[in-house]
Amino acid sequence: MSVLAELCVIESSGVEAHSLGDYESEKPRWCKGCGDHGVLAALQRVLRKNNLEPEDVVSVSGIGCSSRLPHYLNTYGFHGIHGRALPIATGVRLSRPELPVIVVMGDGDCFSIGGNHWLHAIRYNINAVVLVLDNEVYALTKMQVSPTTPDGWKTNTTPHGTYLQPMNPLSVVMGMTNVSFVAQTATWLPAHLDETIEKAWDHHGLSFVRILQRCPVFMPSAFGEGGLKFPVVFLEHEDGIPIHPSLLARGPAQAHNHRDINEAQRAAVSVDPAPMGLVYRNPDIPAYEEIRWSRRDRPDHETFVQRLDTAMERYTVR
Amino acid sequence: MSGPRPVRLPEHIVEIVSDAGEGAQKAAIAFAQLCAKAGNGLWTVEIIPSEIRPPPHTVGSASGNRIRLAERSQVTNAGNLADVVLAFNEMALLSRLEAGSLADDVLVLIDDQWATHDNEQYQRSYREVIDTFRARGATIVEIPMQAETLRHVEDAEQGKNMFAVGLLCALYNKDVKLLQNVIRGIFEKKTREVIETAVKLAGAGYEYGSAHLEQRFEIQAVPTDVPKVAMNGNTALALGAVSAGFEMCSMYPITPATSASHELSSIFEDFGGFVHQAEDEIAAIGVALGASYAGKTALTITSGPGMALKTEFQGLAVMTETPLVIVDVQRGGPSTGLPTKIEQADLLHALYGAPGDAPKVVIAPSTIEECYYILSVARKIAEEFRMLVIVLSDANLATGQQLFDRPDVSQTPRRPPLDLSPVPLGALPYDWDPTTGLSRRLIPGQPGGMGVTTSLNHDRNGKACYDAERNQRGHDMRSRKLAALQQTLQPPSVHGAPEGDLLLVGWGSTRGAIEEAVDMARAEGLAVSSVHIQFLSPLPPGLHDIFAGFRKIITAELNYSDDWEDPLITKENRRYGQLAWILRAATLLDIDCYAKVPGRPYMPVEIFDEIQRVLGDQPGIETLGETLRALKGAI
Repeated sequence: MSVLAELCVIESSGVEAHSLGDYESEKPRWCKGCGDHGVLAALQRVLRKNNLEPEDVVSVSGIGCSSRLPHYLNTYGFHGIHGRALPIATGVRLSRPELPVIVVMGDGDCFSIGGNHWLHAIRYNINAVVLVLDNEVYALTKMQVSPTTPDGWKTNTTPHGTYLQPMNPLSVVMGMTNVSFVAQTATWLPAHLDETIEKAWDHHGLSFVRILQRCPVFMPSAFGEGGLKFPVVFLEHEDGIPIHPSLLARGPAQAHNHRDINEAQRAAVSVDPAPMGLVYRNPDIPAYEEIRWSRRDRPDHETFVQRLDTAMERYTVR
Repeated sequence: MSGPRPVRLPEHIVEIVSDAGEGAQKAAIAFAQLCAKAGNGLWTVEIIPSEIRPPPHTVGSASGNRIRLAERSQVTNAGNLADVVLAFNEMALLSRLEAGSLADDVLVLIDDQWATHDNEQYQRSYREVIDTFRARGATIVEIPMQAETLRHVEDAEQGKNMFAVGLLCALYNKDVKLLQNVIRGIFEKKTREVIETAVKLAGAGYEYGSAHLEQRFEIQAVPTDVPKVAMNGNTALALGAVSAGFEMCSMYPITPATSASHELSSIFEDFGGFVHQAEDEIAAIGVALGASYAGKTALTITSGPGMALKTEFQGLAVMTETPLVIVDVQRGGPSTGLPTKIEQADLLHALYGAPGDAPKVVIAPSTIEECYYILSVARKIAEEFRMLVIVLSDANLATGQQLFDRPDVSQTPRRPPLDLSPVPLGALPYDWDPTTGLSRRLIPGQPGGMGVTTSLNHDRNGKACYDAERNQRGHDMRSRKLAALQQTLQPPSVHGAPEGDLLLVGWGSTRGAIEEAVDMARAEGLAVSSVHIQFLSPLPPGLHDIFAGFRKIITAELNYSDDWEDPLITKENRRYGQLAWILRAATLLDIDCYAKVPGRPYMPVEIFDEIQRVLGDQPGIETLGETLRALKGAI
């Protein structure tokens, strides 16, 4: 039975075949209070909910605190090099499109050193869940300014305060051709985080999710002291991220049509309050790996040899 | 066929040059195919400007080909000084003199339109260049190429090159019908009108040549039943990648590597593969590495500057023991350097470019034929040893064409499906054999094999660890694989006698020129031999024994070294050619080098001169032409 067929059977039975423990590997070594723990748990829940065999999932990361995530998730994982998770993930998807792929990066990893790959990955629209765990600082290297560090904040490389306005990653991705899924959530909103990752999982194409989370060691006061005083607005739509009534204590809800790219671009540009939820979704953009697979033939050995002979004939001198 | 009786020769070198865009390249391709079909052995070298359309009628605009054709079926290099040059203008002609590639007594066929051109500057420079050539001893044949072409077409730019190839067909006493068939093949995708015009002009050039040329050459072809192919090294790499069973080539455009991907892009999908053009060089190797990690060993093709950008990923491939193949089609460096020209200067970079200790396999094809087979070797080693394999080709192999035996595609191995059979839970991702360092690779989708593959130092479990013992162990195991591979290699064979006064050591595309120079020297009674190294890492066994048979050892390679005569250069600060560095370190022998950066292949005669110099019996020779004449006189 193929993996997919097996999945269908289990899904129709409505029974979860795995426990959360099946997706747990070694004990995480992140700091206490770090939002990375919550993202890991949310991912484990979404894998369980989708009845995925641990061996059929690949998680790919770059370098940074959050990029340790594949070490703690019991699937196949690739902990790569700084900024380059997306090319590796693209290679996995191109060669093995049957394997679901999760990409985990930090803000410096994705928006700075990996910036070129980030832009082009959006355009490739590979089918993958792409999570950026954005704590607005380089933490693993001990507090340097990141592209999203708030204006004027002091870090070890900007001891007198940052010089530039922070980058707005949402408006960047909303400007890219082929953008198909953009959402924002925060680790201090665990239910919203869960729902967002689930939505991202269900999307066919590149699901870009920016997850706001403070670094408890180097930037404890970021995001209005971990969300307590951070102005947000929840984007509301019947197909959007559900807004639990308890969330409304954190900020108001606002009707938002995530299918309208102009409306999505307007929402993406606004940073105060920060839009939370599904900013944009277009399910009709084909994934790059599927375009490439649909256009290549899969010849049997005899045909392969015969075609190689034909190719050689063009250079043959008789 | 009218005209004088042809002079029979064993081989000849002809160069065809025009302004970029005037079609000398196409004329040369047609002529080379004609010679190949006739059964001549050949080697061609592209003459390429660095810009697409540089200012016309300048030295920098010269574009074309050098073709060495011979009676024998195997020609291994581009040869010495050219015997014939066909030039569309005098500046293109002058460029070949400046490049030092023409014999003093070269036969020049040149378009005479410039002698009476409206532009007086052209008239003047045409006369000056012609006079310069005459003074050197050249024979000048002025041909009304422009005027004759205009008798058949309204725009001479659209066909003068075909007239030119017709001229060469007459000069070399070839069959014009065969030429016209070749031209039909080359232009098969063009309109009927274009094809027939080209065929007509080739015929016109042939008739003009037959009626007017006082020279005629005959390079007889030795008929053979063995089917041959004629292609350049990049095409050979592309077809070799298909034959080796690769399913993905992930690349970023860079001269002179890109044409391999052009060829591959046009055919790969028919073979179940595809070329992914990534957003940059780093992503190109990243995507290839991702595909390899997922179980399907991929290929990336680049040149020097791209290699530099790929070094961090190289380290990752080494650390994670992910099989991967990189082809580096070397060009002149450092930095942008000489993008279209040959150098063999990435050897040390390939070996040591990645930070940390990153043992990898480095191999170099020495002929265009080897470019076809080498990717099968590379892939097999990459997978068996879980290693990064770097293939060092170069601009000479990439754009030159050689005739070689048609590969037997029926021997193409079957491509087995991915083995995704379950492994016991907790199977080790790096279950290193303590002697060889080899281990079985676990592939995503294999039940039981879950775990992280990390760029951090790790143990047999694949878990990150930072202690001294396990760091040392990881390094040992990754390095040990090179020793294991080395144990499987054969000693290289010596060209010439196993003992003598001088041994030349080469690698890569210089093989043909080195061996030809050795043959020249041996014919002169010099005790010289050569050995060619295909495996640069690990080095093959037996080098010590081979080296022990010779009084002096020098490498001959196309990269930089300080000359002993240069200011400030001493025994302590001299920088050697790159293979010489490696061999000195590996053997503790005082190995010298003949290492230059001319941006073109070595001529055998240059190496022959160096042999004479090293052996201390150089008879006061001033120029390469004099060396050649002295040799011809002796014969």
